[in-house]
Amino acid sequence: MSEFDAERWRPAPFLPEADAKDGSLIFVVATLCFLACLTLLAVLAADRAARGWTGHLTNEATIIVRPKANETPDGAAARAAEALAGVPGVVEARALEKEKAEALIAPWLGDAADLEDLPIPRLVSVLLDPETPATGEALDRALKAQGLDAIVDDHSVWMKDIERAAGTARVIGGAVFALIAIAAGAVVAFATRAGLAARREVVEVLHLSGAEDGFIAGLFQIRFARMAATAGLFGAGAAAIMGAVLRFAGGGDGLTPVLPIAWIDLLAVAPAPLAAAAVAAVSARLTALALIRDMM
Amino acid sequence: MSRNTHAAGAFDADPAVVRFDDVSMRYGRAPETLKDLTFSLAPGSFHFVTGASGAGKTSLLKLIFLAARPSKGLLHLFGQDVSAIAPREQPFLRRRIGVVYQEFKLLEHLSAFDNTALPLRIAGRKPESYRQDVAELLAWVGLRSRMHAMPATLAGGEKQRLAIARAVVNRPDILLADEPTGNVDHEMGLRILRLFVELNRLGTTILIATHDQDLVAASGMPVLHLDEGRLTQLGAGGEA
Repeated sequence: MSEFDAERWRPAPFLPEADAKDGSLIFVVATLCFLACLTLLAVLAADRAARGWTGHLTNEATIIVRPKANETPDGAAARAAEALAGVPGVVEARALEKEKAEALIAPWLGDAADLEDLPIPRLVSVLLDPETPATGEALDRALKAQGLDAIVDDHSVWMKDIERAAGTARVIGGAVFALIAIAAGAVVAFATRAGLAARREVVEVLHLSGAEDGFIAGLFQIRFARMAATAGLFGAGAAAIMGAVLRFAGGGDGLTPVLPIAWIDLLAVAPAPLAAAAVAAVSARLTALALIRDMM
Repeated sequence: MSRNTHAAGAFDADPAVVRFDDVSMRYGRAPETLKDLTFSLAPGSFHFVTGASGAGKTSLLKLIFLAARPSKGLLHLFGQDVSAIAPREQPFLRRRIGVVYQEFKLLEHLSAFDNTALPLRIAGRKPESYRQDVAELLAWVGLRSRMHAMPATLAGGEKQRLAIARAVVNRPDILLADEPTGNVDHEMGLRILRLFVELNRLGTTILIATHDQDLVAASGMPVLHLDEGRLTQLGAGGEA
């Protein structure tokens, strides 16, 4: 054996290097991070979808015009469009053609119905200013001022439902995300417990050699934080790849218009390794401190 | 019942390194392992603790290196009442105590050099301030050619000397050794004893728990004899 050179000696780590159980722990934490990141992407996509829908509905209104006895349906619709075009907050008001109105109600009446014989009301599509949209009341006043028999549908009923659904999706997504984070913390706590038990002698020697509890806990804290950061990197990377695949597969709307994923969303998984490391560090430190006190 | 007192004469000088005042100890709800011990160890003294297996030798050492607490009585270390020492202060007190464990307690993943340097690293010393000292200490205990070696590759006597090197590397005020010759032959036992005597000459207080009467007789040092947890007075070299 070569002569030992004390000058070239570098201190070895206090704790033994990799353990056989480390691989399974990295896999479990990586899986949890992957699920957490997927949940985050789903929440972001759901939020975007909800905002898109409500934005769409907020910017539009539909007017149902019933012609009076002395005018044609097309004439009533044209008058309504003209009256609405002058209302502040209206960008455009356009009377829909008879065919379009018939096409909208055809699914409810079936092929057998002879639409020619039915008094189908005309529709006016109103495009509102997204910054200062006209209210339903303002539109109604403008129509009444022209003596029109019309119903204003500003989609407020649907918007409340959609906003409620979007809020529920956010809460559920947040809860699932929190559950996964707690599960990750619990896994690390169990792993720390097992790690301490397996290295009981090391902990005991360090303790009896004058190491402070915080110093010993810090060794486990750093070890598990590093491990969780590595696992987080794998989990977040896999989730980002899956998000990218969904984005690619679905074009501009993502895989499905219901959950449109944007490229920017993929950046949201970037903090996952840091978050995993932070959860692991806190969990490992608390567990190690409690166990050291119990052991000694 | 008479008090089990070892009046160590000069060893009672204040401040004593260790002072037991009517100390008893038990594990959980078990009967007392140590009963009504009163003695003190003066700085620079050298004592053996003898007694049959189960007499309480290891328990007595555990009390001194703060791995156990008295169930009764007062224990003073370096003039401080251990029951009044805050948990956060205990590590600093432990750094003044070197311990050679019966089962060595060497860290298997560390080389002989790393094992020896452990207390210095824990104390926050920079490697450049102790590298040469550790190498010289290992040479002094006869492990010059074994500094690279992992504990699993060392013979019993080598492990014993490595454990001693680790225990003294921090220049502790007191060295405790639990059956330090229990795993070595007679010749190695005497070599280890010479090591302890040399350390004692350098000013370290030494307390060695052993049932090796030959070793005790060879040393001629005072003895604290335990009999079923009670301390009996014995003279130098183990003579009554």
